[in-house]
Amino acid sequence: MKISGAEILVESLKKEGVKHIFGYPGGVVLNIFDVLYNEKDIKFILTRHEQGAIHAADGYARASGKVGVAIVTSGPGATNTVTGIATASMDSVPFVVFSGQVPTMLIGNDAFQEADIVGITRPCTKYNYLVKDVKDLARIIREAFHIASTGRPGPVLIDMPKDVSAGKTDFEWPQHVHIKSYNPTYEGNKRMIRQAAHEMIHAKRLVIMAGGGVIISDASKELKELAEFLNAPVTMTLMGLGGFPGSHSLSMGMLGMHGTYYANMAVQNSDLLIGIGVRFDDRVTGKTNSFAANARIIHIDIDPTSIRKNVRVDIPIVGDVKRVLREMLKDLKEEGKKKQWSAIKKAWLKQIDKWRKEKPLSYTYDNKVIKPEFVVEKIYELSEGDAIICTEVGQNQMWAAQFFKYDKPRRWLSSGGLGTMGYGFPAAIGAQLASPGQLVIDIAGDGSIQMNVQELATAVINKLPVKVAILNNGYLGMVRQWQELFFNERYSHSRLDVVPDFVKVAEAYGAIGLRASKPEEVEPVLKKAFKIKDKPVFMDFVVDWREKVYPMVPAGAAIDEMIFEEEETKTEKKLKAVK
Amino acid sequence: MRHIISVLVENKFGVLSRISGLFSGRGFNIESLSVGETIDPTVSFMTIVTTGDDQIIEQITKQLNKLIDVIKVIDFMDVEHVEREMVLAKVAPKKEDRAELLRLAEIFRGRIIDSGSTTYTIEVTGDEKKIAAFVELMKSYGIKEFARTGKVAMAREGKKQR
Repeated sequence: MKISGAEILVESLKKEGVKHIFGYPGGVVLNIFDVLYNEKDIKFILTRHEQGAIHAADGYARASGKVGVAIVTSGPGATNTVTGIATASMDSVPFVVFSGQVPTMLIGNDAFQEADIVGITRPCTKYNYLVKDVKDLARIIREAFHIASTGRPGPVLIDMPKDVSAGKTDFEWPQHVHIKSYNPTYEGNKRMIRQAAHEMIHAKRLVIMAGGGVIISDASKELKELAEFLNAPVTMTLMGLGGFPGSHSLSMGMLGMHGTYYANMAVQNSDLLIGIGVRFDDRVTGKTNSFAANARIIHIDIDPTSIRKNVRVDIPIVGDVKRVLREMLKDLKEEGKKKQWSAIKKAWLKQIDKWRKEKPLSYTYDNKVIKPEFVVEKIYELSEGDAIICTEVGQNQMWAAQFFKYDKPRRWLSSGGLGTMGYGFPAAIGAQLASPGQLVIDIAGDGSIQMNVQELATAVINKLPVKVAILNNGYLGMVRQWQELFFNERYSHSRLDVVPDFVKVAEAYGAIGLRASKPEEVEPVLKKAFKIKDKPVFMDFVVDWREKVYPMVPAGAAIDEMIFEEEETKTEKKLKAVK
Repeated sequence: MRHIISVLVENKFGVLSRISGLFSGRGFNIESLSVGETIDPTVSFMTIVTTGDDQIIEQITKQLNKLIDVIKVIDFMDVEHVEREMVLAKVAPKKEDRAELLRLAEIFRGRIIDSGSTTYTIEVTGDEKKIAAFVELMKSYGIKEFARTGKVAMAREGKKQR
């Protein structure tokens, strides 16, 4: 029986086990939306902006590990997805976007709502398709899901002209996917793995640096086993948070620009650094030629292009993190623990502990004004760490990374690579749909929450109890911080002058709005918010606008050249004395 | 360092743009590029001449390999190979130079493929050095039009990639 392209699309999604689609209708996708009208098995989530739909599909994918799905119309609908696609591409998030396109015969004619979205998204998708014949549709969808979710995952876009979704053909779901030019390497080179294991045993100052690849590859268990077997300290990149338990005694927290002092010191003084599922981003390495300058570097990643892109690597291992670690553990156990070895490792851990005590991650509590770090700490305490935390980008993101300890993977959703403001709230909506009943909190700033605030409607209509903690300082805080430290306090266009009343904004959409202006109000507001199970909640925390994220490595400096809070107040005092 | 990189790709629309986009998006340069179908019509063969230090070339070959439509990448820097390029030059010599020009073309094993009352069009095939020498000589006779194919390359028999 011949069915339409639109029906094939929906049937194919069912074959892929899709339960939720995010999106927004428009002219050329009406055939598809007509099929969705009576659809019972798949729930369609209408967002209020296509960017919201893409971030929601992204959040859904990150929280669940499944492939997210979004459907948008042609032209502006499609171009509105670009930021979200680029966000997912940088952070290796699997989803498939279906964009409508003008009828095949009109392509290239500058037709109404036409955009060359395949051309526009070519550099920020893992792959993309323009479907020219409805007969290819089922195969393309099957391939798209396969490409999105395998190897180093990423977003795939399928552009569907109107005549393709209307055209009819027999539906045949391909049993197998065969793309002759796409064969990711999963198994690591055995000789390299053995060599790596050998060096790990003999290293005196070993550091494990875990990234997002650990989470994507579902290798947290193996990583923990490795760290405990070697008694090796672990630091995580922003994307790796939750890949190793943050509350574990071997965890040093995050490294890099706003990483902990002890993590950065440990990396800089290590003699062997193992990067696992990382890409040595510039926010992590600082000045690359003085990064871990005395260490041999082992780099495990599924993407060969990540290796030797930014830093030199002594032992490259291309493969799936989980499989490589399993193989490595086998080798390590064969070599066995050596007696003299544990003493050496202990001495190294002791040194790290010294650094940890010297300069712990800290802030100065104030009983008059709310410190943003205090809010994050309270969220951690009251949720007992059992929450999915989404973030926007800027100071809010860094405090959320520093003061909440992520013990499990897929509990930390943040735009790491692209740094997309406006990501967190729609991502939280996607995460909440993927994990009903789970506490989902977006830690936001007053700037970034306004970038996708329209999604309040989506959360209200779908009764999603997403909590948004707005660290409201009236500024684009991170921009202000850089201007204060590096641009002589010339706050050019970083003050938000008019910040809306977020309580009223929430109420206008039918959500709950709460506010805390004093430190003692923080806990009651959070407690009240956590009890609400059927509506989104905006919590407006009026925080100290002067507060900065510390420690900080200035851009271009080595990661052990950090600035700290107390040093800064000291110089301030000195300046005052001079005046 | 100058590298000749051959890329076997799926013969589909948009593939050339993926390859050239990879170069432009990362600030790599393409000096010449030639594309043609292989014996298998579903596969195309591209030959790209590019320059860069070892790290850049490593990135280029890795990034090419990562593209879904790329089947195989060969860097001929590591391989004993032959390379050829073809140029067409329309030259307008003075009347007294016409005979000499024909002799020169012969030295380069060039063929006259068109001649008018004032011009000759010469076809020459060869490796980089030969083409460069030919072009240099022709300049003095006044090149009116000039076209070149870009390089193609092939490994010598039995010489595997090092």
